[in-house]
Amino acid sequence: MRVKGRWTKRRVMDTTVASTGAKTENEDWVACMALVRDAGDEVAFARLFGHFAPRVKAFLMRSGADAALAEEVAQDVMATLWRKSHLFDPTRASVATWIFTIARNRRIDALRRAKRPEPEDLPWGPEPEPDQTEALMMQQESEKLGLALATLPEKQRVLIEKAYFGDLSHSEIAEETGLPLGTIKSRIRLALDRLRHAMK
Amino acid sequence: MTIEITHHLTDALLMAYSAGSLPEAFSLTVATHISMCDECRARLGAFDALGGALLEKDEAAMADDSLAVTMARIRAGGVTARDRPAPPVRGVFPAPLRDYVGGDLGAVRWRPIGMGVKQAILPTAKEATARLLYIPAGAAVPDHGHRGTELTLVLQGAFLDAAARFGPGDIEVAGEDVEHMPVADIGADCICLAATDAPLRFRALMPRLAQPFLRI
Ligand SMILES: [Zn+2]
Repeated sequence: MRVKGRWTKRRVMDTTVASTGAKTENEDWVACMALVRDAGDEVAFARLFGHFAPRVKAFLMRSGADAALAEEVAQDVMATLWRKSHLFDPTRASVATWIFTIARNRRIDALRRAKRPEPEDLPWGPEPEPDQTEALMMQQESEKLGLALATLPEKQRVLIEKAYFGDLSHSEIAEETGLPLGTIKSRIRLALDRLRHAMK
Repeated sequence: MTIEITHHLTDALLMAYSAGSLPEAFSLTVATHISMCDECRARLGAFDALGGALLEKDEAAMADDSLAVTMARIRAGGVTARDRPAPPVRGVFPAPLRDYVGGDLGAVRWRPIGMGVKQAILPTAKEATARLLYIPAGAAVPDHGHRGTELTLVLQGAFLDAAARFGPGDIEVAGEDVEHMPVADIGADCICLAATDAPLRFRALMPRLAQPFLRI
């Protein structure tokens, strides 16, 4: 495989990982991102597209977009992934997380026509040579978070999903579900406590 | 930044900012605090990761020609320059706030609101208001309560409110029931960024009628 640039060292890493277990799905997506960025690899992009585009579309539909708008914005999000592949930093986020932030910002533009100011970039910016161990740890942490999320009690998970995907404030969730605001706040707090505990 | 920050964002605010559901004025205040605070930046990373984990859960079928259409879009866009974001310019205001002011501290167009206190309303969507407050050393922001939530982020100087002291980078999150009167620390004039989602109710200084005009 022709891999150039800063993640070439990952090939060496892969053997280490292979000896302790299979490469996780997250690491696989990171490798695809490197191929898109360094080689404009359309096969790697097609794999990312096949997995993430339907998820972005579902996210937008749950946020109130109709199917046509969600399709359009999902395509736009995936095109942004191609164009901004050099800004993806595997020591700071999983590919899913990075795509989530792009999709969220596009949703705010497209659905709310509002603005969401971004924090200042870190003074040192994205590392030209991301640390391999750090990147690996970040990808494994993300995997762990996904598993922890799956074990949350249904009642708690539903509220977290509404907060993220319904684009609703706590009081709007209260209105929609008929639950008292205090119950919603404490369920979300419990869910976060559980996730934190699982991530220790 | 190497300043000592002791008052941080709440989980609820970070989560809503990550989800993208905050009014613009609140997002601006949160983004400005995160620009000054590595701890909250890291916590935001965790909330974004939660968004990423949730994204994995659900799918909706894409149109048959979806990938082809997207590739065509990408090719039509041509080769884009791989710019990295410019390194931030140092000043009193972090980048997101400078965008709204149109410059650093010197560019603010202050309006006096009494007792030496000045304010400048920033241009955000109407559902909530963001404004800069200038409180002379030792002076008080007029006593006020509020119906909604008020965020007050210190940019320069410090203020004292109830039992606590808020210095540069610190953020006070005041809810519904709080009646408070921030007083600028005696050492230096205090400059804050404040966001409210309901009009403030000033008790002492100003008749209610003046509020809509001043947009407080
Ligand atoms: Zn903080």
